[in-house]
Amino acid sequence: MPSHTFTVNGETVTVDAPDDLPLLWALRDLLGIRGPKYGCGIDVCKACTSHLDGEAVRPCVVPVAEAAGREVTTVEGLADGDELHPVQEAWLEQDVAQCGYCQPGQIMAAVALLKRTRNPTDADIDEIANVCRCGTYFRIREAIKSAAAKMA
Amino acid sequence: MLVAEELDTPLDRVRVQLDDARPELLFNQLTGSSNSVRSLYDPVRHTAAAARARIVRAAAKQWGLGASNLTVRQGAVVAPDGRTASYGSLSAAAAALDLGSLVVTPKKESEHTLVGKPTSRIDARALVTGRQVFTLDLDVPGAKPCMVRRPPTINGTVKSVNNGAAVRAMPGVLDVITIDTGVAVVAETFGQALDGKEALDVTWGAGTVDALSDGGIKTKLKAATPSLDVLGLLVKKVEGEFDFAFASHAPLETNSAVADVREDRAEVWSGLKSPIVAQAAIAKAVGLPVSKVKVHVVQSGGSFGRRLFYDAALEAAVVSKKSGRPVRLMWSRFDDMRHGRMRPATHHRVRATYEAGQVLTFQHQVAAVETDFRHGLGDAITAAAAGLPSGIGNAILAQTLFLTTVKSPYNFGVTTQTLTEVPIKMHTGSWRSVYSANTRGAEEIIVDELAAKLGKDPVLFRREFLKTARQRAVLDKVTAEGDWGRDLPAGWAQGVAFHDEYKACTACLVEIDATDPKKPRVTKAVIAADVGRVINPRGLEAQLLGGLTDAISTTLRAGLHIDEGLPLEGSYSQFHYARQKDSPRDVNIFVIEGADEPGGAGELGVPAAVGAVANAYARATGTKPRSFPVNFDVDFTPFPR
Repeated sequence: MPSHTFTVNGETVTVDAPDDLPLLWALRDLLGIRGPKYGCGIDVCKACTSHLDGEAVRPCVVPVAEAAGREVTTVEGLADGDELHPVQEAWLEQDVAQCGYCQPGQIMAAVALLKRTRNPTDADIDEIANVCRCGTYFRIREAIKSAAAKMA
Repeated sequence: MLVAEELDTPLDRVRVQLDDARPELLFNQLTGSSNSVRSLYDPVRHTAAAARARIVRAAAKQWGLGASNLTVRQGAVVAPDGRTASYGSLSAAAAALDLGSLVVTPKKESEHTLVGKPTSRIDARALVTGRQVFTLDLDVPGAKPCMVRRPPTINGTVKSVNNGAAVRAMPGVLDVITIDTGVAVVAETFGQALDGKEALDVTWGAGTVDALSDGGIKTKLKAATPSLDVLGLLVKKVEGEFDFAFASHAPLETNSAVADVREDRAEVWSGLKSPIVAQAAIAKAVGLPVSKVKVHVVQSGGSFGRRLFYDAALEAAVVSKKSGRPVRLMWSRFDDMRHGRMRPATHHRVRATYEAGQVLTFQHQVAAVETDFRHGLGDAITAAAAGLPSGIGNAILAQTLFLTTVKSPYNFGVTTQTLTEVPIKMHTGSWRSVYSANTRGAEEIIVDELAAKLGKDPVLFRREFLKTARQRAVLDKVTAEGDWGRDLPAGWAQGVAFHDEYKACTACLVEIDATDPKKPRVTKAVIAADVGRVINPRGLEAQLLGGLTDAISTTLRAGLHIDEGLPLEGSYSQFHYARQKDSPRDVNIFVIEGADEPGGAGELGVPAAVGAVANAYARATGTKPRSFPVNFDVDFTPFPR
C-alpha cells in the first residue's frame, strides 16, 4: 500500500492508501478529520471544499497522492485556537447556518475568495457555486461582505 | 430560549439534547407539520416555571425564609441579605421537595426579556468550526463504511450477485451483503466501499414503476383530476390547468445511519423525525424486542421532510446484523436523488367565476401522486399504519392534512378545494409545506389573472378580498417596503403573493430579471410575516429565507424527470436547486408582532414565494406559466443507471 505524507492544518501526517483514494476519505476515514463533508463526490455540491496550498479544492475529486508534500487546510484549521477566523466570526454575526452541513465548505470557499480579492463584488460572490440546500445564500453574501470590511 | 426565560438563567447555560426514541411519548416525538414551537410553547414554559418554583422553595427551606422574599438572577437564587445559591446546588433538594400540588404560572409575556429578542443559534460556533457532529462524524468503535448498490429502477429487486467473491477480494472490502433494497458493500473507507459497489455485477428484477415516465404520470394525474363544475355559457370566468414536477428533498447530508446490531441488542444513530416508528420497524427487521433497540436521534444535515423516513437506519441495522459488525451506512448522492423520497407531481384545475366586480365561486381540483405518510405521525395509531399497505390509513392522513393546510384566504364566494391522490408505487414524502406550495402557488397565479381580468391592481385586488386586517397588514408591509409598482426595465417585473397557514400568514414581493426568459433571476425579495407570538425573530427570518430559496428553485428550475422508472437527475448539477448566482442580492424580511399564541413558521414561507416568483415571471415575460418548474429542459447527460 503506498504511503502519502502531507500536512493537515499544520500537522504532518502519513496515510497508507491507494494513490487514487479521494483525499476526502483519507481525511475523514483514515485521519478522523470530519469537517469536510461528503455531498456528491463529483465536485458539484462543493460541501467538502478545503484548501490545498491555500487554494480552494474539492477533496472528493483530489486523489490522495496529489496531496503528498503539500499543505491541506480544512475548516478545523481556520481558527487560531479559540480565536476564530474573521470569516467564521462573520458567519456567527449573521447567524448564517441553518442545518450547517454545507457551511464548512461555504466558509472555506469564502476564505479563498477573500484571499483572491479583498473587496469582492456581488458578481464575485455569485461565483461561489457551493450548494446550500437550506437556502441561506443571502446571509452568506452578507457575511462575506462583513468579513471583507473587517479584514480590510 | 423558553427555558432560559422562565429560569432567568443565561441562554448558554441551557443545553438542549435530542432524545432517543421513546415509545411512551406516543404523539409527542415527531418533527413535522411546523409544530415544534406550537406544540412546545406551553409545556416547556410550564415545566421550566415548575422547576424554578421548586428551586426557589428549596432555597427558602434551606435559609428558613419565605419563598416570596427570594429573587433569582443569572441562574442563582438570591436572598434579601445577599446570600446566593446556584440552581445546581439546589437541584437535588428541589427535586425531593414535597410540595403537594404545586400550581405555577409561567411569566407574563410582557415580562419576557429573552423571548422575542433576535438570538443566534446556540450551535452556531460548532457549525462554523466543523465541530458539529453529524451521523457519519460519530465515532462508533469498529463501525465500518458501507454503501449500497441500488437497482436501475425504483423498487427493483436483487436477483443475483454475479461477482460477489471478486468484489470481496478488492482492496479494503470487508463484506458484500444482499439486502431488500440492493447489495451492500462494507469496506475500510467510503472510497473503497464506493469502488466496490460500482464494481458489482448484479442481475436485477423489475421495479414497481419500470414502464412509467413523466408523460404517463401526467396522463394518470390529468385523468384523476375531477372536472370543474359545468357552467352556463354566459358565466364570466378565469381558469387554469397547472402541472408541478416531482422535487427531490435533496438535503446536503445524504441519507445515512450508523448501526451496531448484536445478538441480544441493537443501537442505531441517525437523523430521524419520527424515531418511534423507526425503532419499531428496526426492531421487527432485526428480530429484537423494541426495548432492546436503542435509537439515537442525531442532528441532521437538512431534511425538509425527508427524514420522516428512516430507510438508511433500517438498512444499516440489517447490514450490521448480517455482517456481524457495526457499520456506517451512507447513500451516494446519485442514489439519494434517484431512489430517495420526492415531493409528488401534481395536476391542478383552478377556476374562479365573477360578475360585476365580485368573485362568485372559486374551485380548485388537485390530483397528486400519493404522498406516503406511512412513517406515521408520531403516535401509536398511525405508527401501526407503517406496516399497512399504501392507501389504508394513508388516505385519511392525506385528506386531513390537505384540508387543514390548504385554505383560501380570500372572500371568493363559494370556495371548494379537493385532493385526489393517485397511488403509484414510488418513494414520495412530505416536502416542506406539503400540499400548499403547489396548491396555493397555483391559486395565487389565478388571483393575479383574476385581478387583471377585473382591471385591478394585484395588490389592491388582494386587499379587497382578503378576510382579515391581520392578513392585509402583511400585504401592506411588503407593498410599502418593496415599493410596489416602481418602474423597472423591460423584461423585469414585480410579483406578489400571500399565504396563510398554521395560524400564521405571510406576503412576499419579488422582483425578477427575466430579460432572458430561459435564465430568469430573482433580484430582490421583500417578505413580511405575522406568526403570532415570536420566540426568535432571527430564527424565523431564517425559515422564511429558506422558504424563499425553495420557491425560487422549484418554480424556476429545480425538478425531477421520471424516465422509465427512475429519476434522470442524479446530482445538483442536474437537479437545479438554486445556488448563490440564482439568489437575490437584496432580501428584506419583516416580522410583524402578532397575537399571543405562536403559529407555525417552518413551512409558511414557501407557498407565498412560489406565487410571487411565478407572478413576477408571468408579468416580466407576458406569459401565463402553467407548468413548473418553468425552465425544465433535460440540459444534461444522465448518469448511467
